[in-house]
Amino acid sequence: MDAKTARICFEDFEPGSVKSYGPRLVTREEIIEFASEFDPQPMHLDDEAANKSMLKGLSSSGWHTCALMMRMIYDGFLRESSSLGAPGVDEVRWVRPVRPNDELTIRITCLEKRDSGSRPQVGIVRFNLEMLNAKEEIVLQSSYSGFFGKRNPGTA
Amino acid sequence: MAYFEDMKVGDVREFGSYTFTAENIISFAKKYDPQPFHLSEEAGKKSLFGGLCASGWHTGAACMRKIVDFNKRQLEEALARGEKPVASGPSPGFKNLKWLKPVYAGDTVTYTSEIVELRESATRPEWGIMFAKIVGVNQKGERVYEFDSSAFMPRKPK
Repeated sequence: MDAKTARICFEDFEPGSVKSYGPRLVTREEIIEFASEFDPQPMHLDDEAANKSMLKGLSSSGWHTCALMMRMIYDGFLRESSSLGAPGVDEVRWVRPVRPNDELTIRITCLEKRDSGSRPQVGIVRFNLEMLNAKEEIVLQSSYSGFFGKRNPGTA
Repeated sequence: MAYFEDMKVGDVREFGSYTFTAENIISFAKKYDPQPFHLSEEAGKKSLFGGLCASGWHTGAACMRKIVDFNKRQLEEALARGEKPVASGPSPGFKNLKWLKPVYAGDTVTYTSEIVELRESATRPEWGIMFAKIVGVNQKGERVYEFDSSAFMPRKPK
């Protein structure tokens, strides 16, 4: 979204602020559908094989959990922001398995923000993200940065 | 899939290639990353990327598929040689994932890995942990994707 019209621009991120989004229900069907296309390992497809695995029961592909994180970030605030994409992700830890019928929330802490070295109209914001299940257990932890357009380029 | 003891730092594996099409880019983005530049050529052209490009998570998911297919072929080859197959374990996570260049509709990305470290698991004696640099290169030879992976690998039974 253009920084002139976006509700959330680079200027609006405050280091230290914490926001939560969700919940998002994860179904057995979508766990199996994603795994069939992108991660067809038995522990993500089949209960019997999953029970024998280290994860002891059917769980989502870690890449599915990341894709769900992306969608929850988008629905949470990215859609009404001046987001210009992300250069990458510093870290993802798959802390606990995500199970069928889990209700996931994300808790995002703004860590820091700085100007882009090369593009005066763009800033970089770094976040820490925790994804939790309904029991408030952390299932995923990540730190990453995103590019955001500035409402008023040239000012701090 | 080999045992932890059979792996060496420096071992290189080529997992295979995935072709990104407008259809599979848009299909993934509608479910998981509906930013305009992942949904249409027109919006992509207007963006910093200059064209329809894949969600970074699509690039990552496609890489996982190529790794799983590679491991399956290894497993079948081991079976054909009359060996007892072993399956790799899950991954605790990754670091330093970089989307270095956009992946556009029509691009074919080839994924490879190189083992950088092998470590015994402190808490699980039947498993070791393999650390590898995983890289995706497009048909022009440009590196578009990389990350530092980790995964549990089974130890040889004592």
